[in-house]
Amino acid sequence: MRVLYFAWVRERAGCAAEDVAPGAGVTTVSDLADFLAQLSPGHAAAFADRTRLRVAVNQEQAGFDSPVAANDEVAFFPPMTGG
Amino acid sequence: MAVRVQSEAFDAAAEMAALTAGREDIGAVASFTGLVRGGAIRAMTLEHYPGMTERALAAIEAEAHRRWPLKASLIVHRVGRLLPGEPIVLVAAASEGRHAAFEAAAFLMDYLKTDAPFWKCEERADGTSDWVDAREADGTAKARWG
Repeated sequence: MRVLYFAWVRERAGCAAEDVAPGAGVTTVSDLADFLAQLSPGHAAAFADRTRLRVAVNQEQAGFDSPVAANDEVAFFPPMTGG
Repeated sequence: MAVRVQSEAFDAAAEMAALTAGREDIGAVASFTGLVRGGAIRAMTLEHYPGMTERALAAIEAEAHRRWPLKASLIVHRVGRLLPGEPIVLVAAASEGRHAAFEAAAFLMDYLKTDAPFWKCEERADGTSDWVDAREADGTAKARWG
């Protein structure tokens, strides 16, 4: 599974992208967030307040209850501030 | 229909001229250009999600064409480090009459603010920097379109 981070989520996680193999128990974005939060103190900080995070699965906006599978690209980022 | 994400500056007047060049079916073009405000800000860096950004902008543009009878449209958004006074974003909508053009241009901007994966980081004069928080007003502006 390819995981991407943007803006302050990237800064806290300490990387822009990483490949992870979280195992069969991870079936939703929420499960994946639980798994990622344990990877490092920076990851824990990135996922500390999920109300501040938005998610995309395969480049489409998704939610923490959205399903994820082994070949998905999952991105975590703050609310968008373009324009 | 066209969307572009680029680090280079753009010339809004040249973009508008190109949009309508050779066209006799367009009676109205409305555009919006967003600029970096100065004051306490020394520079602004825009990060984005390559791939998703283009998809999201194309989807926003397609939705505008579904809602209004547009003849042409354009979204140009810059990324990278920008200085006060530089252009960030250009949207333009062309149609037979003014109402569709005005409304579609506003719609494009309102949706872009909340649905296109860009993030602004502001550099202050004292050298510190911070990610810009999303504004509740932007969500409200999008919601008015139903």
